[in-house]
Amino acid sequence: MSDAAIDTDAPDEAVVARSYLRAGHSLRSWLLTTDHKRIAILYLISITFFFMIGAGAAALIRLDLLTPQGDLLTNEGYNRAFSVHGIVMVWFFLIPSIPNVFGNFLIPLMIGARDMAFPRLNLLSWYIYMGSGLILLCVVFGGGVDTGWTFYTPLSSVYANGAVVAAIVAVFVSGFSSILTGLNFIVTIHKLRAPGMTWGRLPLFIWSHYATSVIFVLATPVLAITLLLVAAERLLGIGVFDPDLGGDPLLFQHLFWFYSHPAVYIMILPALGVVSELITAAAHKRIFGYWFVAYASIAIAVIGFFVWGHHMFVSGQSLYASAIFSLLSIAVAVPSAIKVYNWTATLYKGDIAIDAPLLFALSFIGLFVAGGLTGLMLAMLAIDVHVHDTYFVVAHFHYIMVGGSVTAFFGALHFWWPKITGRLYSEPLARIAAVIILVGFNVTFFPLFLMGYEGMPRRYHIYPPEFQLLQVIASGGAALLAVGYAMPLFYLGWSLVRGRRAPANPWGATGLEWTTSSPPPKHNFTRQPVVERGPYAYPLAHPASRDDG
Amino acid sequence: MMAGAPLWPQQASQHARSVDLLIASFGAMVWLLTIPVFVLMAWFAIRYRRGRTVNREHSPQSNVWIEASWSLIPFVLTLFFYVWATKLFLDIQSPPPEAVPVNVIAKQWMWKFEHQSGAREINELHVPAGRPIRLVMTSQDVIHSLYVPALRIKQDVVPGRYTSLWFTADRPGRYPLRCAEFCGTDHSVMGGALIVMRPSDFSAWLAQHQDGGADATLAARGERLFRKVGCSGCHAARSAVHAPSLDDLYGKPVPLSDGTTRIADEQYLHDAIMLPNKEVAAGYRPIMPSYGNLLDASEVGALVAYMKDREGEDSE
Repeated sequence: MSDAAIDTDAPDEAVVARSYLRAGHSLRSWLLTTDHKRIAILYLISITFFFMIGAGAAALIRLDLLTPQGDLLTNEGYNRAFSVHGIVMVWFFLIPSIPNVFGNFLIPLMIGARDMAFPRLNLLSWYIYMGSGLILLCVVFGGGVDTGWTFYTPLSSVYANGAVVAAIVAVFVSGFSSILTGLNFIVTIHKLRAPGMTWGRLPLFIWSHYATSVIFVLATPVLAITLLLVAAERLLGIGVFDPDLGGDPLLFQHLFWFYSHPAVYIMILPALGVVSELITAAAHKRIFGYWFVAYASIAIAVIGFFVWGHHMFVSGQSLYASAIFSLLSIAVAVPSAIKVYNWTATLYKGDIAIDAPLLFALSFIGLFVAGGLTGLMLAMLAIDVHVHDTYFVVAHFHYIMVGGSVTAFFGALHFWWPKITGRLYSEPLARIAAVIILVGFNVTFFPLFLMGYEGMPRRYHIYPPEFQLLQVIASGGAALLAVGYAMPLFYLGWSLVRGRRAPANPWGATGLEWTTSSPPPKHNFTRQPVVERGPYAYPLAHPASRDDG
Repeated sequence: MMAGAPLWPQQASQHARSVDLLIASFGAMVWLLTIPVFVLMAWFAIRYRRGRTVNREHSPQSNVWIEASWSLIPFVLTLFFYVWATKLFLDIQSPPPEAVPVNVIAKQWMWKFEHQSGAREINELHVPAGRPIRLVMTSQDVIHSLYVPALRIKQDVVPGRYTSLWFTADRPGRYPLRCAEFCGTDHSVMGGALIVMRPSDFSAWLAQHQDGGADATLAARGERLFRKVGCSGCHAARSAVHAPSLDDLYGKPVPLSDGTTRIADEQYLHDAIMLPNKEVAAGYRPIMPSYGNLLDASEVGALVAYMKDREGEDSE
């Protein structure tokens, strides 16, 4: 007996009593835990905190943009607000969000392991993350920085005001948390799979986290080196990027995007894995084209390392480099498109439960497609020359990172909440929140595409008055989006106190995590699971192909 | 009272119209490929929703031909647009030889434009309609980016190097000109206007806006500087110092002491003045002092204009 057990009976008290949540109640038992599930919860709490800081900065920006002359903030204050927003959201929310919360919680459960390969290293990653977060908080409340999250030189290394070096140190330190987490995931997936858990039986969530981990380990050190060089130039006057000292400012952009473009895939690949799980569980059906979806994740991770120059089409880089980067950027869209088509095909002849997780998954697909296709437009050289560094780009990457990653994060939160907490939340409220988030997001960010094509540059505190109507619509959408994001805090929080006890498998989903109790016991399984089938062996699946995915 | 933005931005050049056609066509193809997917997803979700009695037999699990077709067909269609977009990009990277150069210097937070005639302006750029203009741009501090939405072009302006941007505006009018690369505190007010004039109006404007100082043209200013800062001491024909002649230099290949060859373009001349030991001409010793602390970008631009002009005098 390995998977696909549909158990909808509420658990008895004995199950609850031996759950990981009851294994110690002291603060110490949480802060010194090596249980991957508890570490996941530590991350959930901390990234939610940083999400609120980043969202606060976003609120300041959207309020300020209500008027063309920006009545709320000064020019410098506005620059600091969007810098904090970017730095916090990228490094302290998006990058750790799905991997460090759901990856941590689910990878051992999904492969039938008792814990991560290196449980103490796992806890150390969280402490490193918190240490870097503390440094960042000092930066935020000690005056801030005005470089933007991109730290372009020589602005950052010579001219910018504010605590640039402290911000760099915060990002530098947080990178080690990413590297250690990636390392832990890779080793865990290689070494700790349950008997019978072949690579072809791994859930797609695992494949996408494997691809993400490879990027964590290979790309993050480049960012660390680059940022150290910026700090060295700023503090010691060592000329690397500043032309007055014989440096080359474009070198910084090459190094920065060599990390930061793959980092975009760090933010989206885990979301793609989540959606594969959500779609199959809702459709009660085997994924269409398992191997295509699995290898698409690997292809995205690999090609993603060779497209960084598409951030530099107007920087003065070589014409031929631009032409090649443009072609590769179009190529990286292919595996993403494969996933979308396969998800759609999975829904065909499914037995589809239209619950909150599916609503989030479908929202994700719609927004991800819109973000991806506008990305394809940006990969076209002549179009990019016009819309580069405008709101068009801002809209594009918010469709991917907020419409995509954050929506998938909420989907994951709703799908695995019963497993994590052992409680059921209010399904109607969750559906309403999903719809509000979808509408609020589009009202906020769709106008930015229009403004961008009409020539509104990004990072403008004072803007031409003809854009005010669209700016006001966007700010209104942001208020709606804030309501959508705040709602789960209440009904999920309420479920912790008053929610019904969740059964082991409330969705009737396959996957090893649903075979153990909700919440799982301290060591995940009472008996070592043995895997005999693929990850999505639903009753509807075609009987002829039982053995592979 | 809020004013709405126009539905479509102004078009002030043929290139702008070409870019609009490209994005409209590509957008149409993208919608064509996307809408069926969205419709199918919604239709499947409703038709196959749980509890509804419907035929769910024989659902397919995987099909290599389907996978190959939905991967390759959109990719090949997109390649057609890739070729189109890259061709348009090559156009704006290849200025015609007759393009009139205008020097552009960006600094926090203003744009300086210097015409060959010696006319100088700040945050406004006057150009004649119908004539190709080539902006030769550099920055005195951080990276900026010159962006004229009505022309659908922008180019980063980088300290320590020259970048260029060319266009032929064909519709007289006043168009916004903005800085697109975040450059510090007052980034959002670092803007101005491109003023496209009828050629006759432009000639009149030029006549009224000669450099108020001693120099009639940019090259004349360069010639004065050439003597004033001491270039002529070594580079004049009868100088005792062994220094390369600057006659007929611009645009020609220069053999370097490391065995390579550089074309003497704006970048080379700039580097030769500001960082003289970076690339030493073959057959000469690295004895030239750096002018990095002595000259600003505008003065280097004038010197370069003068050196180009020397070539003009010789060939006449």
